[in-house]
Amino acid sequence: MESTKVLDAKGLACPMPIVRTKKAINELESGDVLEVHATDKGAKSDLAAWAKSGGHELLQDTEEGDVLKFWIKKG
Amino acid sequence: MTTPITTSELAKKVVNHEKTVILDVRNTDEFDSWKIEGGNVEVINEPYFNLLDGIDPVAEKLDKDQAVIVVCAKGGSSQMVAELLEEEGGFTNTYNLEGGMKAWSEHLEPVKIGDLKDGGSLYQFVRLGKGCLSYMVESDGEAAIIDTNRMIDIYEAFTKEKGVKIRTLIDTHLHADHISGGRALADKVDGTYYLPPKDATELTYDYKALEEGNDIVVGNTKVKVQPIHSPGHTIGSTSLIIDDEYLLTGDILFVKSIGRPDLAGKAEDWVGDLRNSLYKRYKELSEDLIVLPAHYSFAEELGKGGSVFARLGDLYQRNEGLQVDDEDVFRKMVTENLPPQPNAYQEIRETNTGKITPEDEKQREMEIGPNRCAVHG
Repeated sequence: MESTKVLDAKGLACPMPIVRTKKAINELESGDVLEVHATDKGAKSDLAAWAKSGGHELLQDTEEGDVLKFWIKKG
Repeated sequence: MTTPITTSELAKKVVNHEKTVILDVRNTDEFDSWKIEGGNVEVINEPYFNLLDGIDPVAEKLDKDQAVIVVCAKGGSSQMVAELLEEEGGFTNTYNLEGGMKAWSEHLEPVKIGDLKDGGSLYQFVRLGKGCLSYMVESDGEAAIIDTNRMIDIYEAFTKEKGVKIRTLIDTHLHADHISGGRALADKVDGTYYLPPKDATELTYDYKALEEGNDIVVGNTKVKVQPIHSPGHTIGSTSLIIDDEYLLTGDILFVKSIGRPDLAGKAEDWVGDLRNSLYKRYKELSEDLIVLPAHYSFAEELGKGGSVFARLGDLYQRNEGLQVDDEDVFRKMVTENLPPQPNAYQEIRETNTGKITPEDEKQREMEIGPNRCAVHG
């Protein structure tokens, strides 16, 4: 999937994946897609809940080995 | 300064009914499915990611000078939020639960139930984070542990402190909601592991049969552990009468509810057994027996000091699951509209039979969440 920016949050424990994602999203324009890579399993449900509460759209998420990948469209 | 608080310190507050204010910063789905309850606990939820731009969402709900314990999944986000409360909100008394809900799920709080007639005593281990109850009978320097949880170090440390040696490990049934520590602890202390044979058909390791008629003694024949076959939650489910005074009911009868027959996929087959165990088998026993179940579901079941128990005769008066005269109504109640099944219950059963051996971290994850072994009438 096409993304505007890729954020590497691998190896970071909660809350850092979300803190970094939020910061990265703030630097993007509405409609841009942020791709996030994380290894913290908790990131999955937290990113989904965070995106929803912030008006962003979680377009897709995949799991490749230990790495969770997310594509978030800025709202 | 945010102060760390251990699960053990928090558990003491809960069982002693001290006023405890908790701010749970996990996401709301996780909070709704499972949270810290009991005693005099007041808990509010606000996900940590809603507080990154400021603590306004919680500022008005909390008193700045009261003690606030911040809790998250593993302890990282709660540390951040507790610091934010102090730095931005002027809070003066914040605590961070070390290890978060993951550690809370593993804490066992030992509570003494009573002394036994000819010496020895009975303890209940309350797993506040999950509602599991396990037991230790000790007499003459020997101990039996019943429905042992996965965290076997805790039992080992406790028995060491009491100066007793673990000889016997008993599971009242093949568990589906938590991973048994019975076999692992038996291996470690060279003890004997007992399981009802009807629940052991898929077992991949050696065990001794827990059967009616074969009493088990703890310490010099002083304390009698008498198995009573009481199927229904599983086909092998066996209750234990200890010292003619206590009835360990496993997952058949709880204080405010009864067992569910569906976790092995056989609700229709086992509902008759459940009915028979609750409405005939237990009725033949003394009403004065003290019922000690393997679970509790409601925070209000926690009594003084955190213990969970009730007199059998009283439960026949007030437990809704024991008030259903019509068999069809009973059948419907325990086979329809059941609560969701416990997290990973199939994998947990397979772990308990020895078919699979997940790594420690995986085992922890499998057990996360509430136990759901009861039917609420």
